[in-house]
Amino acid sequence: MKMIHSLFLINCSGDIFLEKHWKSVVSQSVCDYFFEAQEKAIDVENVPPVISTPHHYLISIYRDKIFFVSVIQTEVPPLFVIEFLHRVADTFQDYFGECSETAIKDNVVIVYELLEEMLDNGFPLATESNILKELIKPPTILRSVVNSITGSSNVGDTLPTGQLSNIPWRRAGVKYTNNEAYFDVIEEIDAIIDKSGSTVFAEIQGVIDSCIKLSGMPDLSLSFMNPRLLDDVSFHPCIRFKRWESERVLSFIPPDGNFRLISYRVSSQNLVAIPVYVKHLISFKENSSSGRFDVTIGPKQNMGKTVEGVVMTVHMPKAVLNMNLTATQGSYTFDPVTKVLAWDVGKITPQKLPNLKGIVNLQSGAPKPEENPSLNIQFKIQQLAISGLKVNRLDMYGEKYKPFKGVKYITKAGKFQVRT
Amino acid sequence: MAASPAYGEEKGGSSSLGEPEYGHDPASGGIFASDYKRHDDLKEMLDSNKDSLKLEAMKRIVAMIARGKNASDLFPAVVKNVACKNIEVKKLVYVYLVRYAEEQQDLALLSISTFQRGLKDPNQLIRASALRVLSSIRVPIIVPIMMLAIKEAASDMSPYVRKTAAHAIPKLYSLDSDQKDQLIEVIEKLLADKTTLVAGSVVMAFEEVCPERIDLIHKNYRKLCNLLIDVEEWGQVVIINMLTRYARTQFLSPNQNESLLEESAEKAFYGSEEEDTKDAKAEAASLAKRKPYVMDPDHRLLLRNTKPLLQSRNAAVVMAVAQLYFHLAPKAEVGVIAKALVRLLRSHSEVQYVVLQNVATMSIKRRGMFEPYLKSFYIRSTDPTQIKILKLEVLTNLANETNISTILREFQTYIRSMDKDFVAATIQAIGRCATNIGKVRDTCLNGLVQLLSNRDELVVAESVVVIKKLLQMQPAQHSEIIKHMAKLTDNIQVPMARASILWLIGEYCEHVPKIAPDVLRKMAKSFTNEEDIVKLQVINLAAKLYLTNSKQSKLLTQYVLNLAKYDQNYDIRDRARFIRQLIVPTEKSGALNKYAKKLFLAQKPAPILESSFKDRDHFQLGSLSHLLNAKAVGYQELPDWPDEAPDPSVRNVEVPEWTKCTSREKRKDKVEKPFYSDSEGESGPTESADSEPESDSEESGSSSSSGTSSSSSEEEDEEEEEGGSEEQSEDKEGEEEEEEKRKKKKEKGGPRKASPRSVGSEEEEEAEGKKVKKAAGPQGKKGHAESSSEEASASESSSSGSDSGTEAPTVVEAKRRKIPSSKAGPKEISLLDLDDFTPPPPQPVPSSSIISTSLVTDLEGLTLTDTSLAPALLSPAFGAVRTYELLHRMAGEGLSVEYCFSRRPFPGDPHMVAVQIQISNNTDAEVKSLRVSEPKLLAGMRIQEFPEIESLAPGDTASVVMGIDFCDSTQAANFQLCTHTRHFYVSIQPPVGELMAPVFMSENEFRKEQEHLARRGEGKLTGMSEITEKLTLPEKCRSDHAIVQQVTSAANVGRVPCGADNEYRFAAKTVTSGSLVLITLEWREGAAAQLTVNSEKMVIGTMLVKDIIQALAQ
Repeated sequence: MKMIHSLFLINCSGDIFLEKHWKSVVSQSVCDYFFEAQEKAIDVENVPPVISTPHHYLISIYRDKIFFVSVIQTEVPPLFVIEFLHRVADTFQDYFGECSETAIKDNVVIVYELLEEMLDNGFPLATESNILKELIKPPTILRSVVNSITGSSNVGDTLPTGQLSNIPWRRAGVKYTNNEAYFDVIEEIDAIIDKSGSTVFAEIQGVIDSCIKLSGMPDLSLSFMNPRLLDDVSFHPCIRFKRWESERVLSFIPPDGNFRLISYRVSSQNLVAIPVYVKHLISFKENSSSGRFDVTIGPKQNMGKTVEGVVMTVHMPKAVLNMNLTATQGSYTFDPVTKVLAWDVGKITPQKLPNLKGIVNLQSGAPKPEENPSLNIQFKIQQLAISGLKVNRLDMYGEKYKPFKGVKYITKAGKFQVRT
Repeated sequence: MAASPAYGEEKGGSSSLGEPEYGHDPASGGIFASDYKRHDDLKEMLDSNKDSLKLEAMKRIVAMIARGKNASDLFPAVVKNVACKNIEVKKLVYVYLVRYAEEQQDLALLSISTFQRGLKDPNQLIRASALRVLSSIRVPIIVPIMMLAIKEAASDMSPYVRKTAAHAIPKLYSLDSDQKDQLIEVIEKLLADKTTLVAGSVVMAFEEVCPERIDLIHKNYRKLCNLLIDVEEWGQVVIINMLTRYARTQFLSPNQNESLLEESAEKAFYGSEEEDTKDAKAEAASLAKRKPYVMDPDHRLLLRNTKPLLQSRNAAVVMAVAQLYFHLAPKAEVGVIAKALVRLLRSHSEVQYVVLQNVATMSIKRRGMFEPYLKSFYIRSTDPTQIKILKLEVLTNLANETNISTILREFQTYIRSMDKDFVAATIQAIGRCATNIGKVRDTCLNGLVQLLSNRDELVVAESVVVIKKLLQMQPAQHSEIIKHMAKLTDNIQVPMARASILWLIGEYCEHVPKIAPDVLRKMAKSFTNEEDIVKLQVINLAAKLYLTNSKQSKLLTQYVLNLAKYDQNYDIRDRARFIRQLIVPTEKSGALNKYAKKLFLAQKPAPILESSFKDRDHFQLGSLSHLLNAKAVGYQELPDWPDEAPDPSVRNVEVPEWTKCTSREKRKDKVEKPFYSDSEGESGPTESADSEPESDSEESGSSSSSGTSSSSSEEEDEEEEEGGSEEQSEDKEGEEEEEEKRKKKKEKGGPRKASPRSVGSEEEEEAEGKKVKKAAGPQGKKGHAESSSEEASASESSSSGSDSGTEAPTVVEAKRRKIPSSKAGPKEISLLDLDDFTPPPPQPVPSSSIISTSLVTDLEGLTLTDTSLAPALLSPAFGAVRTYELLHRMAGEGLSVEYCFSRRPFPGDPHMVAVQIQISNNTDAEVKSLRVSEPKLLAGMRIQEFPEIESLAPGDTASVVMGIDFCDSTQAANFQLCTHTRHFYVSIQPPVGELMAPVFMSENEFRKEQEHLARRGEGKLTGMSEITEKLTLPEKCRSDHAIVQQVTSAANVGRVPCGADNEYRFAAKTVTSGSLVLITLEWREGAAAQLTVNSEKMVIGTMLVKDIIQALAQ
């Protein structure tokens, strides 16, 4: 397995703005095969992640308007490379706050140093954020000012002991004056609702994102009131699997900082409450250049909480020229180029249901669109985990101080689609 | 900000004005517009002696490299800075060097000596990074240097350096494949490494250099399986893939019987030509049945140890396990992977793409597996087209009689999608469902016919093509549809659809006798404007009509053939010529003419619509080759199962193997691995406690191996002390590793606060006794040695070594000799094992300890005990303790230090274990300011240093007490012992028995606690909190007194009064967390006895059992 040979970062307009080689240099021209495939795919998201060229294989990901194109020479599990590339993008995000072309260009030296540490001869070496941050300090405004004056560097001069330990995810010598541990239980509802309003498919995808700022080597255990709800769980490597298997308790020495503790799935369909309903009437008249559009959103099964942050996006058929609508609440936009209708509803109050209604103008002479577009709904419900998951308690061992602990629940729409 | 000057450089520098470095360098103001001058400027900066300038220059150069600009002319200027002090400059120089060394080989050689120096650095991270850069420089001339460096690093004591060595192997191999044989040797050696850090990297090297040498894996197979869960995620993927291949060569197929049955059933479905082979196979199956299949325990081990990784957050790991299960697991068990794979569908679209490809292949073979997750493959309008099409593929594969109606309803929604490529794929999917499931064929056909009136031509065309295939199955009943389609020729323009219609009409012209000639007439008219495939079908139709209905179509056929004769396309011209000869009888035409009708209108088998993913599983799933459906470079075939299982005993790890190995390493370079082997030895029994007995053989293998390898550790102690910092840090790291392992296995509860404040009333008395004994000196010791001869000899050697410096070397010698000689039987080995890898448990040999104690020490000891007078806990039953050497007088340049566990509560902190330290100055000068410094501890561990000893006169001895909180683990505490001139690296490792303090309880309480622990154990894996072991009591241990004495000597426990005479109970609490440790010894008739230890701390329990059994056996 020779793994990753080279990496090219390409922006949307097709400029290769960064290249890195872990073995001998591969010419940029190899990217031409990629551009070819990109052209053929029309849409960025349809570029095949794996492209075979006469001498190389190109495995790419698309993240935040950047293509990460890696050059491979021999057999390697494609997911291995894809997962790694996403880890690289995550690291950039972590370091620079965003994974954008400007951020990468502005920090090109750090990017290079990171890539150097993350792969050795094309094989992943240090990918844990905690280790990397010991090796290479993330840029801050203050530090870059200080560095430029004193000539000191971003490269950590302490040796990354984490790399040597068997808890590679945690750096040593963590110290905080305020010791805090926050857990965000975030649940997303993935659903497909059919025309008649019945649920075709629904499941809950949950994650627990943690922000742990605890000194020393805390050993935490987090228990749930109803752990059996969690159908399928994937863990951060810090979690002791056996303990979960036997007791359903999450026991771990956490990494320092922000990280995703677990992600889980609750999938038995009956359990999934659908917090909103949509009444819709979208029709196009035969032999006429107009159609009707009338959509109302209302709350349902929302456990007494307010549904907020409601946004509806609709990809209208190509034949639609313009839309002339009135919203009783919020505002809407229609982009005649992409044909995307977006309605920012905001909060739903049950007394007065938000409604969007009006006329659709079609291209004259074009045949009536056959398909009614699907409605993609986003919403948010604070302080509620829709699956009913509840954290029971968090205990800390191994350290003496009393940490401040907090748990926040939030439910969101994931891939929530209403077919019309 | 850091990088903006770098880009400024691109633009010619004008935009970079105001950047700090220009302040230092006024000459460079605005003149570096041209290339060479710009680089001159950089060279100047590199030559300066200011690090900040160098750094700035390097940053700009790296930015150039990042953009793919050529910076090779700067090589000489850059390479000079390879030894720069500034670590960031150095790193950037490395980046540059690795990038350009290949192009400038001669100059690159200048840097080599720096790295060679780095390879000898005492700091492991510097050694590692030197090797990393050295091996990344692709300059063939340094191959011998690299080889040497790799070999050396492979036996480095730091696992991190060894890992780097493993990484360097493929680099060297790609530079010079002639080194293969030598590299294989290194790989073999590194494969034997027991650290998780090295495992992934060395397997990667193995896969790269010698994947065919599967024999190298045998001995390491079980170890790799057991380490797997703790290896970093990338290594896991590599190891799992390799083990999949390994298992395919070494074990028998778990599905022998099922797969045969399944296959024959499938055959029956598709056709009956293979009746014969089926019979033969059935026979084979019954044969196989006669010999029942039993899974090799090693095969089971692999499946069991990989399963938890399905819950990894890393998609590549999940996929690796999934493919392992798919290729290796019994059919009934493969199902577990479905859930995990479905979970990955929520990930990034690239991950979805790869996972769906694999699911598509799997779902053909094992449809049942994904059926419960059918709805997870439903398609959203927002999915990218390539994902939609793959999901469709999976849905089609999953369709069966029961779910087809749901699936078809879903397909109906898809057909109305705006994404036309997707609609076309849906129509094909419907066609496939219709062919595979007879029940819905008519429904599907009707649906498709309705689509013929769709407004979108692509949809119609696709439908035509699919309908054509369906009609071929039962044409007679569908002449209506054929007629309907004939009408479409007027409108439909898509060539493939037109061709399909023409073929249909031609083929079934007898069913539509009136329409067919008319269609031909129309087509003849438009012939010249048709696409090639349509033309070919027109010729075809003409020929068929000529044969069936020559009266109506003779002229038309002639006309078409004439047109075709002068077509631009030679295929069409050829076809026309061929057909004319065949169908139109002339004098020249041969015998074939008679058979023309049979040739053209023969019954043709209906096409089988099958998935493009069928049989793709001959590629290892998850591989690049599978994804591309073509063999990628470097792909290792997944071998077929062997018919006969190869000898499973090759995986047995024999003791001599390991001994050889470790001794070799040791001799060469003091490689030290006591901690790993320790943890291995520990994990063995723990495994057995919570897993099936299959692992038994494995345990015995590993524990005995650990026994021998660790036996070397003690003799290395001496060397280690001299070795200084490297060894120390190495030690520490090893412990971290082990600690982690232990933590993972740690049971519930965690540390609960308890206060083992003790100090009994006997305390003073005891100290008194000690004094007396000490005064008695060697004689007293000998007296005791008689009662327990064996261990006394061990302790004697250590104590005498410290007594008389001159004797020391011989003692060491003696020990060395002792080890091989006692390796006679397995039992002895296990004893040795304990004796060596944790410092031996304290023995009731009171006077063997501090002998030449001065009065000062005793007084100090007394005062210490006086300070804490809380009588809550029992005082230790035995004041008699054993001493361990901390610093040998040779290593300590005349300073010798010993320590013992005094078993008294450490004043001031109840969570600390008190360690009494005895320092003797054997030099002829005064030693000043003796103190502890720089403790290197594992997380949670704490040290309370002893007060600094101002001075110690020559020949004098001082005794001090320090406290160490070991966190209930047997990890060593490392620290430096400093004098005014020297620093000595030392470490204290506690025997498990010293990590607890006795606790008083009644028999009832004892029973209650025991029951409580046992009950909690049930909820978890059985045996988590109870360890039971049978043993035989030797002659001298068959008295109450002897038993109690031995147990209390092995561990700091208190006896619990007990009603029955043949039962002995002891209780203690661990010092740090206060977890209860309950010991029950049941003495049955004769020599048989059973020892039970209950503790939440499983590791402690396990080790304690070992220690006590050993103590009793002596």
